[in-house]
Amino acid sequence: MTDVVAKPLRPADWVAGFALLILCQLAGETLVQILRLLVPAFAFPGPVIGMLLLVGLLALMGDRARPVIASADGLLGILSLLFVPSAVGIMQNGELIRAWGGPLLLAVVASTALTLVVTVGAFILTERWMSR
Amino acid sequence: MSGFSEIWVYLATSPLTWLGATLVAFVLALRIGALLGNSPLANSVLLSAAMLIPVLLLTGTSYPTYFEGAQFVHFLLGPATVSLAVPLYRNLAAVKRSIVPIAVALVAGSVTAMGSALAIAAIFGAPPEVLASIAPKSVSAPIAMELAKSLGGIPSLAAVLVILTGVTGAIIVTPLMNALGTKNYAARGFAVGVASHGIGTARALQVNDMAGAFAGIAMALNGAFTAILLTGFLLLR
Repeated sequence: MTDVVAKPLRPADWVAGFALLILCQLAGETLVQILRLLVPAFAFPGPVIGMLLLVGLLALMGDRARPVIASADGLLGILSLLFVPSAVGIMQNGELIRAWGGPLLLAVVASTALTLVVTVGAFILTERWMSR
Repeated sequence: MSGFSEIWVYLATSPLTWLGATLVAFVLALRIGALLGNSPLANSVLLSAAMLIPVLLLTGTSYPTYFEGAQFVHFLLGPATVSLAVPLYRNLAAVKRSIVPIAVALVAGSVTAMGSALAIAAIFGAPPEVLASIAPKSVSAPIAMELAKSLGGIPSLAAVLVILTGVTGAIIVTPLMNALGTKNYAARGFAVGVASHGIGTARALQVNDMAGAFAGIAMALNGAFTAILLTGFLLLR
Protein backbone atom coordinates (compact mmCIF):
# COMPACT_ATOMS: atom_id res chain seq x y z
CA MET A 1 0.00 0.00 0.00
CA THR A 2 1.38 3.36 -1.01
CA ASP A 3 0.28 6.95 -1.39
CA VAL A 4 3.01 7.69 -3.94
CA VAL A 5 1.60 8.56 -7.38
CA ALA A 6 3.08 5.79 -9.49
CA LYS A 7 2.61 4.63 -13.08
CA PRO A 8 -1.02 4.33 -14.25
CA LEU A 9 -2.77 0.99 -13.83
CA ARG A 10 -2.93 -1.37 -16.80
CA PRO A 11 -6.44 -2.51 -17.93
CA ALA A 12 -5.85 -5.98 -16.49
CA ASP A 13 -5.06 -4.40 -13.11
CA TRP A 14 -8.48 -2.72 -12.90
CA VAL A 15 -10.17 -6.04 -13.57
CA ALA A 16 -7.94 -7.82 -11.05
CA GLY A 17 -8.71 -5.18 -8.42
CA PHE A 18 -12.45 -5.49 -8.93
CA ALA A 19 -12.19 -9.29 -9.02
CA LEU A 20 -10.53 -9.28 -5.61
CA LEU A 21 -13.45 -7.23 -4.16
CA ILE A 22 -15.94 -9.72 -5.63
CA LEU A 23 -13.92 -12.72 -4.40
CA CYS A 24 -13.73 -11.31 -0.85
CA GLN A 25 -17.50 -10.84 -0.86
CA LEU A 26 -18.01 -14.33 -2.26
CA ALA A 27 -15.82 -15.81 0.48
CA GLY A 28 -17.84 -13.87 3.09
CA GLU A 29 -21.20 -14.98 1.68
CA THR A 30 -20.00 -18.60 1.49
CA LEU A 31 -18.94 -18.52 5.13
CA VAL A 32 -22.37 -17.12 6.10
CA GLN A 33 -24.11 -19.92 4.17
CA ILE A 34 -22.01 -22.52 5.98
CA LEU A 35 -22.80 -20.94 9.38
CA ARG A 36 -26.50 -20.91 8.42
CA LEU A 37 -26.44 -24.69 8.16
CA LEU A 38 -25.59 -24.67 11.87
CA VAL A 39 -27.78 -21.71 12.96
CA PRO A 40 -30.65 -21.12 10.48
CA ALA A 41 -31.57 -17.70 11.98
CA PHE A 42 -28.00 -16.45 11.45
CA ALA A 43 -28.21 -13.16 9.52
CA PHE A 44 -24.62 -11.95 9.64
CA PRO A 45 -23.74 -9.83 6.59
CA GLY A 46 -21.42 -11.64 4.14
CA PRO A 47 -19.92 -8.41 2.70
CA VAL A 48 -18.80 -7.37 6.21
CA ILE A 49 -16.85 -10.63 6.54
CA GLY A 50 -15.44 -9.89 3.07
CA MET A 51 -14.36 -6.46 4.31
CA LEU A 52 -12.50 -7.92 7.31
CA LEU A 53 -10.87 -10.45 4.99
CA LEU A 54 -9.71 -7.65 2.68
CA VAL A 55 -8.19 -5.70 5.61
CA GLY A 56 -6.06 -8.78 6.31
CA LEU A 57 -5.13 -9.15 2.64
CA LEU A 58 -4.17 -5.45 2.33
CA ALA A 59 -1.74 -5.91 5.21
CA LEU A 60 -0.12 -8.85 3.38
CA MET A 61 -0.15 -7.47 -0.17
CA GLY A 62 1.92 -4.32 0.26
CA ASP A 63 2.43 -2.51 -3.06
CA ARG A 64 0.57 -5.20 -5.01
CA ALA A 65 -2.66 -3.91 -3.40
CA ARG A 66 -2.66 -0.81 -5.66
CA PRO A 67 -5.27 -2.14 -8.14
CA VAL A 68 -7.74 -3.23 -5.46
CA ILE A 69 -7.29 0.10 -3.64
CA ALA A 70 -8.04 1.97 -6.87
CA SER A 71 -11.20 -0.12 -7.45
CA ALA A 72 -12.33 0.32 -3.84
CA ASP A 73 -11.79 4.09 -3.88
CA GLY A 74 -13.71 4.30 -7.15
CA LEU A 75 -16.71 2.47 -5.69
CA LEU A 76 -16.67 4.45 -2.42
CA GLY A 77 -16.61 7.68 -4.40
CA ILE A 78 -20.08 6.85 -5.79
CA LEU A 79 -21.44 5.13 -2.66
CA SER A 80 -24.59 7.32 -2.63
CA LEU A 81 -25.53 6.21 -6.15
CA LEU A 82 -25.73 2.60 -5.02
CA PHE A 83 -28.61 3.42 -2.62
CA VAL A 84 -30.79 5.07 -5.28
CA PRO A 85 -32.54 1.84 -6.45
CA SER A 86 -33.56 1.02 -2.85
CA ALA A 87 -34.71 4.62 -2.29
CA VAL A 88 -36.99 4.45 -5.33
CA GLY A 89 -38.54 1.35 -3.66
CA ILE A 90 -40.51 3.73 -1.44
CA MET A 91 -43.08 3.88 -4.27
CA GLN A 92 -44.01 0.26 -3.48
CA ASN A 93 -45.18 1.08 0.03
CA GLY A 94 -47.69 3.83 -0.72
CA GLU A 95 -50.46 2.36 1.46
CA LEU A 96 -48.30 1.72 4.52
CA ILE A 97 -46.71 5.15 4.17
CA ARG A 98 -50.14 6.81 4.01
CA ALA A 99 -51.28 4.89 7.11
CA TRP A 100 -48.10 5.13 9.18
CA GLY A 101 -46.04 7.80 7.42
CA GLY A 102 -46.27 10.46 10.17
CA PRO A 103 -45.35 8.26 13.15
CA LEU A 104 -42.68 6.42 11.14
CA LEU A 105 -41.09 9.67 9.97
CA LEU A 106 -41.10 11.01 13.54
CA ALA A 107 -39.64 7.72 14.86
CA VAL A 108 -36.88 7.75 12.23
CA VAL A 109 -35.91 11.42 12.60
CA ALA A 110 -36.04 11.51 16.42
CA SER A 111 -34.29 8.16 16.79
CA THR A 112 -31.55 9.11 14.31
CA ALA A 113 -30.84 12.43 16.06
CA LEU A 114 -30.80 10.71 19.47
CA THR A 115 -28.50 7.94 18.17
CA LEU A 116 -26.05 10.52 16.78
CA VAL A 117 -25.91 12.40 20.11
CA VAL A 118 -25.64 9.25 22.27
CA THR A 119 -22.95 7.67 20.05
CA VAL A 120 -20.75 10.75 19.75
CA GLY A 121 -21.19 11.39 23.50
CA ALA A 122 -20.30 7.81 24.47
CA PHE A 123 -17.23 7.92 22.20
CA ILE A 124 -15.89 11.24 23.52
CA LEU A 125 -16.66 10.56 27.20
CA THR A 126 -14.93 7.14 27.02
CA GLU A 127 -11.89 8.77 25.40
CA ARG A 128 -11.75 11.42 28.15
CA TRP A 129 -12.24 8.83 30.90
CA MET A 130 -9.37 6.75 29.46
CA SER A 131 -6.93 9.67 29.19
CA ARG A 132 -7.47 10.64 32.86
CA MET B 1 -47.97 5.05 -35.52
CA SER B 2 -48.06 1.53 -34.09
CA GLY B 3 -44.35 1.34 -34.91
CA PHE B 4 -43.63 4.19 -32.50
CA SER B 5 -45.76 2.70 -29.73
CA GLU B 6 -43.87 -0.58 -30.10
CA ILE B 7 -40.64 1.33 -29.67
CA TRP B 8 -42.10 3.00 -26.57
CA VAL B 9 -43.14 -0.37 -25.12
CA TYR B 10 -39.62 -1.65 -25.78
CA LEU B 11 -38.02 1.38 -24.14
CA ALA B 12 -40.34 1.49 -21.12
CA THR B 13 -39.61 -2.14 -20.26
CA SER B 14 -35.94 -2.27 -21.24
CA PRO B 15 -33.48 -2.51 -18.31
CA LEU B 16 -31.25 -0.10 -20.26
CA THR B 17 -33.81 2.72 -19.97
CA TRP B 18 -34.06 2.48 -16.17
CA LEU B 19 -30.36 1.91 -15.64
CA GLY B 20 -29.73 4.99 -17.77
CA ALA B 21 -32.42 6.99 -15.96
CA THR B 22 -30.88 6.09 -12.58
CA LEU B 23 -27.42 7.25 -13.69
CA VAL B 24 -28.74 10.46 -15.28
CA ALA B 25 -30.86 11.28 -12.20
CA PHE B 26 -27.81 10.82 -9.97
CA VAL B 27 -25.61 13.06 -12.13
CA LEU B 28 -28.35 15.72 -12.12
CA ALA B 29 -28.68 15.34 -8.34
CA LEU B 30 -24.94 15.94 -7.93
CA ARG B 31 -25.12 19.00 -10.23
CA ILE B 32 -28.04 20.41 -8.21
CA GLY B 33 -26.12 19.68 -5.00
CA ALA B 34 -23.07 21.55 -6.34
CA LEU B 35 -25.28 24.52 -7.33
CA LEU B 36 -26.57 24.61 -3.74
CA GLY B 37 -23.00 24.64 -2.40
CA ASN B 38 -23.15 20.92 -1.43
CA SER B 39 -25.67 21.71 1.29
CA PRO B 40 -26.46 18.51 3.23
CA LEU B 41 -30.15 19.18 2.46
CA ALA B 42 -29.42 18.56 -1.23
CA ASN B 43 -28.86 14.85 -0.52
CA SER B 44 -28.13 13.04 -3.77
CA VAL B 45 -30.06 9.87 -2.83
CA LEU B 46 -33.13 11.92 -1.90
CA LEU B 47 -32.94 14.14 -5.01
CA SER B 48 -32.42 11.15 -7.34
CA ALA B 49 -35.45 9.31 -5.93
CA ALA B 50 -37.51 12.51 -6.08
CA MET B 51 -36.74 12.74 -9.81
CA LEU B 52 -37.17 9.05 -10.66
CA ILE B 53 -40.41 8.23 -8.80
CA PRO B 54 -42.59 10.80 -10.66
CA VAL B 55 -41.15 9.57 -13.99
CA LEU B 56 -42.02 5.96 -13.09
CA LEU B 57 -45.53 6.92 -11.93
CA LEU B 58 -46.20 9.05 -15.04
CA THR B 59 -45.06 6.28 -17.39
CA GLY B 60 -46.94 3.61 -15.43
CA THR B 61 -43.72 1.68 -14.81
CA SER B 62 -43.77 -0.77 -11.92
CA TYR B 63 -40.95 -0.99 -9.40
CA PRO B 64 -39.98 -4.55 -10.48
CA THR B 65 -39.61 -3.30 -14.09
CA TYR B 66 -37.51 -0.36 -12.89
CA PHE B 67 -35.39 -2.64 -10.71
CA GLU B 68 -34.52 -4.91 -13.66
CA GLY B 69 -32.35 -2.04 -14.86
CA ALA B 70 -31.42 -0.53 -11.49
CA GLN B 71 -30.25 -3.88 -10.07
CA PHE B 72 -26.88 -3.46 -11.80
CA VAL B 73 -26.25 -0.41 -9.62
CA HIS B 74 -27.80 -2.01 -6.52
CA PHE B 75 -25.57 -5.07 -6.95
CA LEU B 76 -22.45 -2.96 -6.35
CA LEU B 77 -23.47 -2.37 -2.70
CA GLY B 78 -21.82 -5.68 -1.78
CA PRO B 79 -18.41 -4.94 -3.34
CA ALA B 80 -18.69 -1.35 -1.98
CA THR B 81 -19.08 -2.73 1.55
CA VAL B 82 -15.96 -4.85 1.00
CA SER B 83 -14.24 -1.68 -0.27
CA LEU B 84 -14.64 -0.06 3.16
CA ALA B 85 -11.61 -2.19 4.07
CA VAL B 86 -9.43 0.43 2.33
CA PRO B 87 -10.24 3.52 4.49
CA LEU B 88 -10.27 1.16 7.48
CA TYR B 89 -6.78 -0.12 6.63
CA ARG B 90 -5.51 3.43 5.97
CA ASN B 91 -6.67 4.52 9.44
CA LEU B 92 -6.00 1.22 11.21
CA ALA B 93 -3.58 2.80 13.71
CA ALA B 94 -6.18 5.41 14.76
CA VAL B 95 -8.89 2.74 14.95
CA LYS B 96 -6.67 0.52 17.14
CA ARG B 97 -5.94 3.45 19.47
CA SER B 98 -9.69 4.08 19.84
CA ILE B 99 -10.75 0.47 20.30
CA VAL B 100 -12.35 1.03 23.74
CA PRO B 101 -14.35 4.17 22.79
CA ILE B 102 -15.41 2.30 19.63
CA ALA B 103 -16.76 -0.65 21.63
CA VAL B 104 -18.61 1.57 24.14
CA ALA B 105 -20.06 3.88 21.47
CA LEU B 106 -21.11 0.91 19.33
CA VAL B 107 -23.15 -0.72 22.09
CA ALA B 108 -24.65 2.60 23.27
CA GLY B 109 -25.48 3.76 19.74
CA SER B 110 -26.79 0.47 18.41
CA VAL B 111 -29.13 -0.08 21.37
CA THR B 112 -30.32 3.56 21.22
CA ALA B 113 -31.00 3.29 17.48
CA MET B 114 -33.14 0.18 17.85
CA GLY B 115 -34.75 0.96 21.21
CA SER B 116 -35.77 4.56 20.51
CA ALA B 117 -37.27 3.80 17.09
CA LEU B 118 -39.22 0.83 18.51
CA ALA B 119 -40.42 2.88 21.49
CA ILE B 120 -41.66 5.82 19.40
CA ALA B 121 -43.38 3.59 16.82
CA ALA B 122 -44.95 1.49 19.61
CA ILE B 123 -46.31 4.61 21.36
CA PHE B 124 -48.21 5.39 18.13
CA GLY B 125 -49.62 1.84 18.14
CA ALA B 126 -47.73 0.55 15.10
CA PRO B 127 -48.54 -3.14 14.39
CA PRO B 128 -45.92 -5.89 14.99
CA GLU B 129 -44.92 -6.18 11.30
CA VAL B 130 -44.20 -2.44 11.20
CA LEU B 131 -42.18 -2.66 14.46
CA ALA B 132 -40.18 -5.58 13.05
CA SER B 133 -39.48 -3.47 9.95
CA ILE B 134 -38.25 -0.39 11.86
CA ALA B 135 -36.02 -2.25 14.38
CA PRO B 136 -33.04 -2.69 12.00
CA LYS B 137 -33.40 0.81 10.43
CA SER B 138 -29.82 1.91 11.20
CA VAL B 139 -28.03 -0.89 9.35
CA SER B 140 -27.35 -1.26 5.63
CA ALA B 141 -30.38 -2.12 3.45
CA PRO B 142 -29.50 -5.74 2.52
CA ILE B 143 -28.84 -6.65 6.17
CA ALA B 144 -31.93 -4.81 7.43
CA MET B 145 -34.18 -6.52 4.88
CA GLU B 146 -32.84 -9.92 5.90
CA LEU B 147 -33.33 -9.14 9.61
CA ALA B 148 -36.83 -7.68 9.10
CA LYS B 149 -37.84 -10.85 7.25
CA SER B 150 -36.60 -13.13 10.06
CA LEU B 151 -38.45 -10.94 12.62
CA GLY B 152 -41.75 -11.14 10.71
CA GLY B 153 -41.49 -7.63 9.22
CA ILE B 154 -41.90 -6.32 5.67
CA PRO B 155 -38.54 -6.27 3.83
CA SER B 156 -39.48 -3.51 1.36
CA LEU B 157 -40.75 -1.27 4.19
CA ALA B 158 -37.53 -2.00 6.10
CA ALA B 159 -35.55 -0.84 3.04
CA VAL B 160 -37.54 2.40 2.87
CA LEU B 161 -36.97 3.10 6.58
CA VAL B 162 -33.25 2.33 6.19
CA ILE B 163 -32.95 4.84 3.34
CA LEU B 164 -34.94 7.44 5.28
CA THR B 165 -32.68 6.92 8.30
CA GLY B 166 -29.59 7.24 6.11
CA VAL B 167 -30.78 10.43 4.42
CA THR B 168 -31.90 11.94 7.77
CA GLY B 169 -28.52 11.26 9.38
CA ALA B 170 -26.58 12.56 6.36
CA ILE B 171 -28.62 15.78 6.43
CA ILE B 172 -28.52 16.50 10.18
CA VAL B 173 -25.07 15.19 11.20
CA THR B 174 -22.97 18.23 10.26
CA PRO B 175 -25.25 20.94 11.75
CA LEU B 176 -25.96 18.78 14.82
CA MET B 177 -22.29 18.04 15.54
CA ASN B 178 -21.35 21.70 14.98
CA ALA B 179 -24.10 22.69 17.42
CA LEU B 180 -22.65 20.23 19.95
CA GLY B 181 -19.32 21.96 19.35
CA THR B 182 -17.18 18.85 18.78
CA LYS B 183 -14.31 18.80 16.29
CA ASN B 184 -13.47 15.15 17.10
CA TYR B 185 -13.85 13.75 13.56
CA ALA B 186 -13.26 10.16 14.64
CA ALA B 187 -16.22 10.41 17.05
CA ARG B 188 -18.38 12.33 14.56
CA GLY B 189 -17.71 9.79 11.81
CA PHE B 190 -18.33 6.86 14.12
CA ALA B 191 -21.68 8.34 15.22
CA VAL B 192 -22.96 8.85 11.69
CA GLY B 193 -21.84 5.35 10.68
CA VAL B 194 -23.73 3.77 13.59
CA ALA B 195 -26.85 5.92 13.11
CA SER B 196 -27.02 6.10 9.32
CA HIS B 197 -24.99 3.23 7.77
CA GLY B 198 -23.73 3.71 4.18
CA ILE B 199 -25.55 6.94 3.37
CA GLY B 200 -24.11 8.52 6.51
CA THR B 201 -20.70 7.06 5.59
CA ALA B 202 -20.94 8.59 2.11
CA ARG B 203 -21.55 11.99 3.76
CA ALA B 204 -18.65 11.46 6.20
CA LEU B 205 -16.27 10.58 3.33
CA GLN B 206 -17.29 13.92 1.76
CA VAL B 207 -16.47 15.88 4.94
CA ASN B 208 -13.24 14.32 6.25
CA ASP B 209 -11.13 11.20 5.49
CA MET B 210 -10.75 10.29 9.17
CA ALA B 211 -14.52 10.70 9.69
CA GLY B 212 -15.06 8.50 6.63
CA ALA B 213 -12.85 5.71 7.98
CA PHE B 214 -14.58 5.70 11.38
CA ALA B 215 -18.00 5.87 9.71
CA GLY B 216 -17.07 2.85 7.59
CA ILE B 217 -15.98 0.78 10.57
CA ALA B 218 -19.06 1.94 12.53
CA MET B 219 -21.37 0.90 9.72
CA ALA B 220 -19.73 -2.52 9.46
CA LEU B 221 -19.67 -3.07 13.23
CA ASN B 222 -23.27 -1.93 13.67
CA GLY B 223 -24.42 -4.20 10.85
CA ALA B 224 -22.72 -7.12 12.56
CA PHE B 225 -23.77 -6.14 16.11
CA THR B 226 -27.43 -5.52 15.20
CA ALA B 227 -27.50 -8.83 13.33
CA ILE B 228 -26.07 -10.68 16.34
CA LEU B 229 -28.45 -8.90 18.76
CA LEU B 230 -31.57 -9.61 16.70
CA THR B 231 -30.48 -13.16 15.84
CA GLY B 232 -29.92 -13.77 19.57
CA PHE B 233 -33.39 -12.36 20.27
CA LEU B 234 -34.90 -14.75 17.70
CA LEU B 235 -33.07 -17.75 19.15
CA LEU B 236 -34.09 -16.94 22.73
CA ARG B 237 -37.72 -16.20 21.88
